[in-house]
Amino acid sequence: MKAFLALLEKELKIVFSSPIAYVFIGLFLTIAGFFFYNIMAWFDRISMQSMAYAQMYRMPPQPINVNMMALRPFFHNLTIIALFLLPGFTMRLFAEEKRQGTLELLETSPITNWQLTLAKFTAAWILWGITLALTGILVGMLFFFGNPEVGQILSGYLGMFLVGGAFIAIGMWFSTLTENQIVAFISALGANLVLLSLGWLSNFAGATLGKIFANIDPIGHFDDFAKGVIDTKHIVFYVSFIFMGIFLSFMSVESARWRGSR
Amino acid sequence: MIRVENLTRYYGNFPAIEDVTFDVDKGEILGFLGPNGAGKSTTMRILTCYMPATSGKATVAGFDVFEQSMEVRKRIGYLPEHPPLYPDLTVDTYLDFVAKIKGVPAQERKKAIDDVIDRVGLQDVRNRTIRKLSKGFKQRVGLAQALVHDPEVLILDEPTVGLDPKQIIEVRELIKSLAGRHTVILSTHILPEVSMTCQRVVIIDKGRVVAEDTPENLSAKVKSTERILVEVEGPQDEVKQKLTSVPGVKNVSLENANGTARFVIDSELDKDIRKDLANTVVSQGWGLLELRPMDVSLEEVFLRLTTKE
Ligand SMILES: Nc1ncnc2c1ncn2[C@@H]1O[C@H](COP(=O)(O)OP(=O)(O)O)[C@@H](O)[C@H]1O
Ligand SMILES: [Mg+2]
Repeated sequence: MKAFLALLEKELKIVFSSPIAYVFIGLFLTIAGFFFYNIMAWFDRISMQSMAYAQMYRMPPQPINVNMMALRPFFHNLTIIALFLLPGFTMRLFAEEKRQGTLELLETSPITNWQLTLAKFTAAWILWGITLALTGILVGMLFFFGNPEVGQILSGYLGMFLVGGAFIAIGMWFSTLTENQIVAFISALGANLVLLSLGWLSNFAGATLGKIFANIDPIGHFDDFAKGVIDTKHIVFYVSFIFMGIFLSFMSVESARWRGSR
Repeated sequence: MIRVENLTRYYGNFPAIEDVTFDVDKGEILGFLGPNGAGKSTTMRILTCYMPATSGKATVAGFDVFEQSMEVRKRIGYLPEHPPLYPDLTVDTYLDFVAKIKGVPAQERKKAIDDVIDRVGLQDVRNRTIRKLSKGFKQRVGLAQALVHDPEVLILDEPTVGLDPKQIIEVRELIKSLAGRHTVILSTHILPEVSMTCQRVVIIDKGRVVAEDTPENLSAKVKSTERILVEVEGPQDEVKQKLTSVPGVKNVSLENANGTARFVIDSELDKDIRKDLANTVVSQGWGLLELRPMDVSLEEVFLRLTTKE
């Protein structure tokens, strides 16, 4: 536990004493803000239309549901941004340690590779949590437009936290496989896109295959959260997915020792 | 303290080290000398549990580097060829991190860090970010991380490479001061470096140990003498006497005698006395069974070592 905390603390100190964290958060919020603006502009337009219809047909205006029309698409947008940006953060997790030779310090110190991989994953997940918390500023603005449901907001955030965890776990694994950060980035992004397209292909892939495809796409498990439904089956999926990524990373770091390939 | 037995390591089909065997006593500074590519770093990486050997055995403080890796790691301080530094951390934060993962107890940590900062002379830069330090200071931070948990054993891989002459002298002084308190293996490809810092030297070349001695004996061997082995069939004492009288011969010693006598002859360098030796033996009517120069590999190795700084 002590070693885990020391590793976690070091990881966070490096992330926050260099531009990495700020660039990541800044970029994420900028893109999120752009999508948010578009969604709200669109939401505004359909609200106006609804108002106009109401006047035309002399009916009371239909309230447009901010939960379904704004919140849910915005949450979906955030997961797609995460799909693209998180590999840019996770690429350095192990590749950087290899490149700068610090893996030689870690791997000759009395710590285990479990402590190491768990600490790295946790640090990245904390950064993701902070980033998500900051998007709360945008979501908070929805309260001026309507009555967003707090329950749905919380379940959406839980879902996004888990989706991000899944992307981090994949990205970390790819980072253990190379000392080249660009390679780690591209392969992790590629893997995320493959998973995403499997979710999409599931609609055409026939019954059995389609079900498998739909089940391994992290974003496919997200929609219930975005709608405000917390289903344990999705939580189990994300937790297993994350554990799998951490396990693969552990195995990769552990077996690199046998090969001496670095 | 350190025992290496028949250590072999392959990278694919290529043997980086083969059958490497040596011991290091407690408190001793051992020089691990060899030209580039000799297998020094490979050996050190096995000793520090960074990677396993293909075959053979190594123990540190009685613990097997493979079977009891955690026990070994607790007792070793290691400075790899490239100091393992995090450029974004300050010297203090970095050493605090290293002390924690090396298992220095919380209540002793501050003192351990203060001590090591004094020992390696980092007082003025302890709050600076490592990225901004000069190469010499970075190397000292590297030494500090190897020393911070006061390990029994120190493994230093080419600690003076890339430093300027003044820094080299400082680092060597520092390493010398480690003797007694720590057991040290220091690798280098610089010949004079070992005589300045080490009590004993193991010379490695192309993955094999080619010599092991004190620095004085080694340089004496190489600088002023040439060794020749002569095997003669004849009365031992008489042969020895005759051989000693050949001009240029400094010393003759009898190696072993199973029927015939093998003599090891030290002669002055720059003088080929093999012909004279052969003539002497033959003119006496004794049987000359063998006559060949010894330690050729050692000289070859020395030629490829760096003698200038
Ligand atoms: N990871 C590796 N993969 C393949 N060959 C390697 C690797 N590391 C070292 N070698 C080779 O092993 C030999 C010994 O290398 P090394 O132990 O680094 O020597 P030294 O430290 O004495 O310069 C060299 O020929 C080197 O090219
Ligand atoms: Mg080397």
